[in-house]
Amino acid sequence: MNRKFVKPPSLRDAVTHYCSGCGHGILHRLVAETIDELELREKTIGVAPVGCAVIAYDYWDFDVCEAAHGRALAVATGIKRCRPESVVFTYQGDGDLVSIGMAETFHTANRGENLTCIFVNNACYGMTGGQMAPTTLIGQMTATTPQGRSPKAGEGWPIKFSEILASLEGVNFAARAAVSSPKEIIKARSYIKKAFSNQLENKGFSIVEVLSPCPTVWQKKPYEAMKWIDEEMVKTFPLGVIKDK
Amino acid sequence: MKTKKEKLLMSGNEAMAEAAIRAGCHFYAGYPITPQNEIPTHMAKRMKEESRVFIQAESELSAINMVFGAAATGSRALTSSSSPGISLKQEGISYIAGAQLPAVIINVMRGGPGLGNIGSSQSDYFQSTRGGGHGDYFTPVLAPWSAEEGASLVMLAFDLADYYRTPVLILADAIIGQMMEGVDFPSKSEFKKKLPPKKWALTGAKGRPANIAKSFFLKEGALEIHNEKLREKWGKIKQNEQRSSTYKAEDAKYLIIAYGSQARIACEAVDRLRGENLKAGLFRPISLWPYPAAGLQKIAKNIKKIFVVEQSLGQMLDDVKLALPGKEIKFLGRTGGGIPSSSEIVKFVKKAL
Repeated sequence: MNRKFVKPPSLRDAVTHYCSGCGHGILHRLVAETIDELELREKTIGVAPVGCAVIAYDYWDFDVCEAAHGRALAVATGIKRCRPESVVFTYQGDGDLVSIGMAETFHTANRGENLTCIFVNNACYGMTGGQMAPTTLIGQMTATTPQGRSPKAGEGWPIKFSEILASLEGVNFAARAAVSSPKEIIKARSYIKKAFSNQLENKGFSIVEVLSPCPTVWQKKPYEAMKWIDEEMVKTFPLGVIKDK
Repeated sequence: MKTKKEKLLMSGNEAMAEAAIRAGCHFYAGYPITPQNEIPTHMAKRMKEESRVFIQAESELSAINMVFGAAATGSRALTSSSSPGISLKQEGISYIAGAQLPAVIINVMRGGPGLGNIGSSQSDYFQSTRGGGHGDYFTPVLAPWSAEEGASLVMLAFDLADYYRTPVLILADAIIGQMMEGVDFPSKSEFKKKLPPKKWALTGAKGRPANIAKSFFLKEGALEIHNEKLREKWGKIKQNEQRSSTYKAEDAKYLIIAYGSQARIACEAVDRLRGENLKAGLFRPISLWPYPAAGLQKIAKNIKKIFVVEQSLGQMLDDVKLALPGKEIKFLGRTGGGIPSSSEIVKFVKKAL
């Protein structure tokens, strides 16, 4: 049988550990497809985060480096500066990139490191049991905001970090997409391709934020979780290109 | 900088930085902290001249994680700091040890705990020789007693790191870092074994299966297997890499044990005691981990009394006690930038006789 829909070579033939309805599977695939389309597999070095995607190297079939929680872009800086000929990207969640790793993220972007950053925003800490993330929405219930996130209770506001990064001179491209519908997935794919192509053209730092469902923590069915992205998350995190130098 | 054999006047910090360049260090990242600032300053200038990488990182955390990434590509990588900054790097050092990556870390020790002060100190001995970060691991630790030895030990450290795939610490103190003296650079390190090819390096999966640099072993039993492999490695290092030196120890009855700048001061005390017809000698550990217990035990056989002198409240003292159970050991230590002088050592030894 001639199969039309096949696994990209950069994805391993593996069963993932992700929960039903999780967005990581889609996003792993989008990254792998892009790398294969641009024929970069043999020169790619990925950096895996700490969080749900900690073992992303079990699913991607190219060189991958571990990073301590939040330090992915520091690790990526070390790799890329030593091997400018390699294509280096990080894949990080909201806790990793915006909370514990904010300094590394901000300064890597500000140095204009020629890197690609894939930022997975699911508005919670999935791996550790659903605590509040820096991107948790106002009123959103999590394990550590049982009454819903409240700025009045000293829990702060969701951080729109892609917009903040876009204000830096070193950032070439910043965009926000979602994996909530085929239409948005296609857009996400095009942003990811742009972010990798920029690196090939030595344009500096590119970040693609992707709103991604976490049905387990959100306590929603997979379909409802997708709907929640489209109806609620996008109000705080509007989709589209934020900066394209 | 000229490479032909000649003595150069430079600080210990500069000598160690320059030695890293001569050892082929391709990547340096660091964050300013006294008393090691001459290292990043020297590297900023020289790495550029050599078309290599220098980055002033936004923090010590970032610097050590940049080193993690650089080391993962197979490049020789260095970071340096002083005590409080080294505490911040410990998470990264633990990851580097777990992922079995080679890297060199220079600690020019200052007074602690906390922000402490910027005086010379040897109070990071425990941290350095007992792993330092979380988890079951050790790192080789080399302690220079001069600017020149700082240079040769940095060159050795890169070879040890590559050979054993481990982070290696240079444990200097503020006096060694700041003191200027003549430095003769060795043309290469004293390490004689052939260095293995870096087949594990992340260079892109071309013509080989993908390489993964990681310290994470989630499956039941996998981490235990990994850590047992590490134990085997630490065992080999313990066996092969003990280093020490002595001064007038052959016929000594009274043995002073000190390292780093404190050993320089102790030498003077040995001479002064000898001048008073007291057969004193010095044992100087160069590798602090592995502790040169075998060398010490050999010398200590004919020793009547042992004197441990440190710029700390007594940290290396523990290793001396472990190496020489049952021996009478006296301890003289000063802390917080206090440095036991040769007069204090002479007085201390004579009082104990």
